[in-house]
Amino acid sequence: MDDYTFFDKVWDQHVVADLGDGFSLLHVDRNFIHDLSGTRALQNLAGQGRRVLHPDLTFACPDHTVSTAIDAPHTGDRYEICVDPLRRLAADQGIKFFEIGKHGFGIIHVIGPELGLTLPGGLIVCGDSHTSTHGGLGALAWGIGASEVAHVLATGTVIQQRPKRLRLNFHGALQTGVTAKDLILHVIGREGVAAGDGYAVEYAGPTIRALSIEERMTLCNLSIELGAKIGMVAPDEKTFDYVSGREYAPKAALWDAAVAFWRTLESDDQASFDLELQVDAGRVRPQITWGTSPEHVIAIDETIPDPAEQSSTERKQAYAAALEYVGLTPGASMQGLSVDQVFIGSCTNSRLSDLRAAAQIVRGRKVADHVTAWVAPGSFDVKKAAESEGLHDIFEAAGLHWRNPGCSLCVGSNGETVAAGQRCISTSNRNFVGRQGKGSRTHLASPIMAAAAAVCGQITDVRQLMEP
Amino acid sequence: MVTFHRLVSVAAPLLRANVDTDLIIPMDRYLMAAREQMHHYAFETLRFLPDGTDNPDFILNQPPYDKAEILITGANFGCGSSRESAVWALYGWGIRCIIAPSFGNIFYNNCFQNGLLPVVLPEPSVTTLAQLAGGNASPVFDVDLTRQVVTVTDGAEYGFEIDPKRRIQLLEGLDDIGVTLNQLAAIKRHRREDEIKRPWIYLK
Ligand code: SF4
Repeated sequence: MDDYTFFDKVWDQHVVADLGDGFSLLHVDRNFIHDLSGTRALQNLAGQGRRVLHPDLTFACPDHTVSTAIDAPHTGDRYEICVDPLRRLAADQGIKFFEIGKHGFGIIHVIGPELGLTLPGGLIVCGDSHTSTHGGLGALAWGIGASEVAHVLATGTVIQQRPKRLRLNFHGALQTGVTAKDLILHVIGREGVAAGDGYAVEYAGPTIRALSIEERMTLCNLSIELGAKIGMVAPDEKTFDYVSGREYAPKAALWDAAVAFWRTLESDDQASFDLELQVDAGRVRPQITWGTSPEHVIAIDETIPDPAEQSSTERKQAYAAALEYVGLTPGASMQGLSVDQVFIGSCTNSRLSDLRAAAQIVRGRKVADHVTAWVAPGSFDVKKAAESEGLHDIFEAAGLHWRNPGCSLCVGSNGETVAAGQRCISTSNRNFVGRQGKGSRTHLASPIMAAAAAVCGQITDVRQLMEP
Repeated sequence: MVTFHRLVSVAAPLLRANVDTDLIIPMDRYLMAAREQMHHYAFETLRFLPDGTDNPDFILNQPPYDKAEILITGANFGCGSSRESAVWALYGWGIRCIIAPSFGNIFYNNCFQNGLLPVVLPEPSVTTLAQLAGGNASPVFDVDLTRQVVTVTDGAEYGFEIDPKRRIQLLEGLDDIGVTLNQLAAIKRHRREDEIKRPWIYLK
């Protein structure tokens, strides 16, 4: 009886050499590089006079620092420091570069799957912690630092210590108004932001099987907020349907061979995990973060926790500091809290299905006067697809700003920020102090919760705006 | 590559959990500053008052901790973004060793690429060490990677575990890329065989 986990099968297929002490040298199938760590790594490499070993497996896209303003000129300091050298060095090394404003451009974790570059069973790295997103298609993917990016560029491989295995089993059907985002925020709230440290997470169970591929990507995206570098869902028919026919996906006989291979990847019945946890997905309600860590999260109908009631001194202090930063009081409800900005976008929630769901909520309604609401589609192709079905018209009629693709307000690395003291409900993945700009206050939620806040001008239980 | 063998220094206690990389180095600094300049902005939001002057309440602004090469901190230090500039900022500031109950995974890896030693000790030991470090005596800590022990002035010793491979990487200051390129033949062989086994990965 075989007893391999999905993770182990994919890992083993990529081992070039055993380096001892649990470390392996692993072959990299896709090295995605961007305008921050990618540019720095290419510059380092050029400085050392080294060449990229596998340019054909390396793909560059400047997603972090581009402006998402419709009429942006794409010039200036950020471009000269981050984008232009990436374009130039990629060309020098024979690396495919996805150009701003052209087909293929977008947030790397959106375009990889969309273009068929991300494949089940593939090993993907990127100098970005949300690389775990690609696990939604059954890829083994994780984020690395700039030195490691340089290592992958020069050697086609990555050095990694084999993680432990954690399986999260989800049961039950999601309630109306509850999304994959709520599901993973709920788990992070319950288990804490360090729970997954040292583990590769496999998301499994009937709830996961029922999720679409885009929802699985949202789930895997936030693995790093659970403390795990790697989060993955074993591929199934839905995965194959999603990948089939995409630009870089295998075709014809190669496709058949690939699918036959991918079918062998799921965890064996007898596979054992270092840790298994159960989640009753049917009980999860729409989530919203109240503090400055993704684990500072409650269901929309709960109240803000009291620091005094926390178990440790450290936690008491952390909760109190977080509440002071966001300007909230314990015991209060998040509902009714006035918001200044709304951001629908980021590699967590900027795919077509996210935009469709948000559009559904704002259709026929108006953004509150005091609110500035942005929609930044995840890629050029998502934008085109959304426009062809009229989603941009719905957003614009409701008063949301329809932007160009890029990381945008998720991180404020492109000059787009939330002003100090302003409250932003955001579909991104981090509510850290200053993440969206100095003094910015971020509340993480699903696209439909963000849409509901936009039209109500305040944090709202989206279920009140939905058909029962 | 720089090496790490042994370090003798005062230690700064910054006992908070989940210090994220955005807090260590804000995005706009990561973006625009050269690697060598990064330390000017380490812990920027904590270190400075709104008017740009040093925040006297922040531990790394207070003597003798402004010269500390050791940071003692809470669980999950360096969580969040993969930005290696978080390590560059701390290293540039003068921090050579961080003691915590646990670290953000990618940050932990990044430390070893830059000669910075992350020491994992059980939470109660870290709390004790932080109390000692913050006490009036502000004792000197001795971190010895060769023996894998942290010793405080009074003689108490705290042994720590570290992967042998990572230990050697720091002791010898190995350049990962150079070492891996010694295996170039195996890397190329793997790819050739894989192109037959999983041809769909390789784009024509
Ligand atoms: S959208 Fe945000 S989290 Fe995602 S890659 Fe961009 S900056 Fe990182």
